[in-house]
Amino acid sequence: MISIRSDASEMADALTAGTTTSVSLTEQHFEQIAKVDGAVHAFLYLDHDGAFEQARVVDARRAKGEALSPLAGVPLALKDVMAQKGIPTTCGSKMLEGWRPPYDATVVTRLKAAGIVILGKTNMDEFAMGSSTENSAYGTTHNPWDLTKIPGGSGGGSSAALAAFESPLAIGTDTGGSIRQPAAVTGTVGVKPTYGGVSRYGLIAFSSSLDQAGPCARTVLDAALLHEVIAGHDERDSTSINLPVPQVVKAARKLDVKGLKIGVVKELQGEGFQDGVLNRFNEALDELVSAGAEIVHVSCPSFDYALAAYYLIAPSECSSNLARFDSMRYGIRIGDDGNRSAEEVMNMTRHAGFGPEVKRRIILGTYALSSGYYDAYYGSAQKVRTLLIQDFSAAFLKADVLVSPTSPTTAFTIGQNDNNPLAMYLNDIATIPANMAGIGAMSLPSGLADEDGLPAGFHIMSPAMKDDLMYQVGGTLEAALLSKWGAPLLSKAPGLAVNS
Amino acid sequence: MDAISSPTGISREDVAHLAKLARIELGDAELDHMAQELEVILGAVAKVQEVAGTDVLPTSHPIPVTNVYRDDVVKPSLTPQEALSGAPAQLEDRFKVPQILGEE
Repeated sequence: MISIRSDASEMADALTAGTTTSVSLTEQHFEQIAKVDGAVHAFLYLDHDGAFEQARVVDARRAKGEALSPLAGVPLALKDVMAQKGIPTTCGSKMLEGWRPPYDATVVTRLKAAGIVILGKTNMDEFAMGSSTENSAYGTTHNPWDLTKIPGGSGGGSSAALAAFESPLAIGTDTGGSIRQPAAVTGTVGVKPTYGGVSRYGLIAFSSSLDQAGPCARTVLDAALLHEVIAGHDERDSTSINLPVPQVVKAARKLDVKGLKIGVVKELQGEGFQDGVLNRFNEALDELVSAGAEIVHVSCPSFDYALAAYYLIAPSECSSNLARFDSMRYGIRIGDDGNRSAEEVMNMTRHAGFGPEVKRRIILGTYALSSGYYDAYYGSAQKVRTLLIQDFSAAFLKADVLVSPTSPTTAFTIGQNDNNPLAMYLNDIATIPANMAGIGAMSLPSGLADEDGLPAGFHIMSPAMKDDLMYQVGGTLEAALLSKWGAPLLSKAPGLAVNS
Repeated sequence: MDAISSPTGISREDVAHLAKLARIELGDAELDHMAQELEVILGAVAKVQEVAGTDVLPTSHPIPVTNVYRDDVVKPSLTPQEALSGAPAQLEDRFKVPQILGEE
């Protein structure tokens, strides 16, 4: 029997078999949202009309016997960083309050064409800057495992919606870990495809050389199915890769890692990593060995500099990208009394429209790019990027994929890092290198940490445009852990007991 | 030029200047707070200079790409009404903005 706890692939099969309808699935998910989202606050906007319209169309086409995309009729939650025509799109910022985009992002166009039902827009850190959703201008999202904990960020709304069974699929974007860290701390699956694998057209830009949209789901196969819907070349994104999409669904179904070399990165464990997170990571390695993989140990010395370089490159690109929020063409406008100049109005609007973290990063980026400091900061960070790519290249000669814990800790308490931006930034220490090198990376649940019983994530990085390898390893590990646990990890979430 | 080994103290006045460049009005409390935070953050990120030797080439983009051109043909695009739909103010099919030049 299909329920909101089913996998997206099971929902798709039931739709194909005619044992459920898209309208019914859509109703069930809106009911769950009505029940739990007051406590979780995963959603910023619900599109009942658009969702049911799409569900009815898909059901009618299916009834006529039309050939449909594999996920046609399955619901999805969309991160509010993606432009969706006619639907409020805020990017978690007051700056865009009330804005309804006049066009669809390419990802949204592809979701719609595949018959996927978009339930609504999910909460996020303002302009995707943060690791907890606490920087959202519209309130924090709560982790369904423990409502006093953060759901990760920036895409905490998407991960929480999955963990609270408000949606079986979601879209995220990942600039330094914003898909993978939320997946890790909510016991869900999140994938950052190879940079250029998924179009950035209509994705509100934060750091253009790092931003990448990707699938969020509760299983590796579901993520793969969604990956194949959204990936592929787009002439509207000049950095889009014009090559065939890696066969990630086939890879997720392989369930075999015999002969594969799994590289454990020395620099991504140890100090700063919670014991319980490391314990689950090491046990997962044992599972991969039992499944026939070989473990090799690799060192990537430049990774120690990745976080520092990231916090120069991302703010620099952000200071440039967010210059577009000038109160002239869209978004809010403050102080236009007919006397003030455009510059004064701009200053007042950006003061009122941006939150503290966004201001901090714009100022930091402005500093790093300013004359006299450019070479020392931005220039040096770009050189670190070269070293990171070289370290990855050398490591991938020894291993097919590289692995680490996704996030050094489990979900922290809401408010814990309020006055400590540096502590907050450390959440991304293991996820950032993949963004800097443009390679693909995935997080899947490795179990619950001993100390607090909260989910930990297993992180798999694969070479550029070999995204299928991480799905192959992830799918195999997921199957091994599922057989060990006897039930999906999310069935152990205490906060969800009232939902079922 | 690239010999700044450690971040010099970033003053309140420095932050005020950066905020002006970035077109963000900041209040007194914000300036004080941000100067302290930036000092800490810059102290942490300055370590990039340790490994950035002169023999290392900078990378701006992770996956090498070359510029691409499309055929110069007209395709459907936003109507003026759609393009103006999010404008804070509009006049005669144009974005209406506050005065850009001074009175004199």
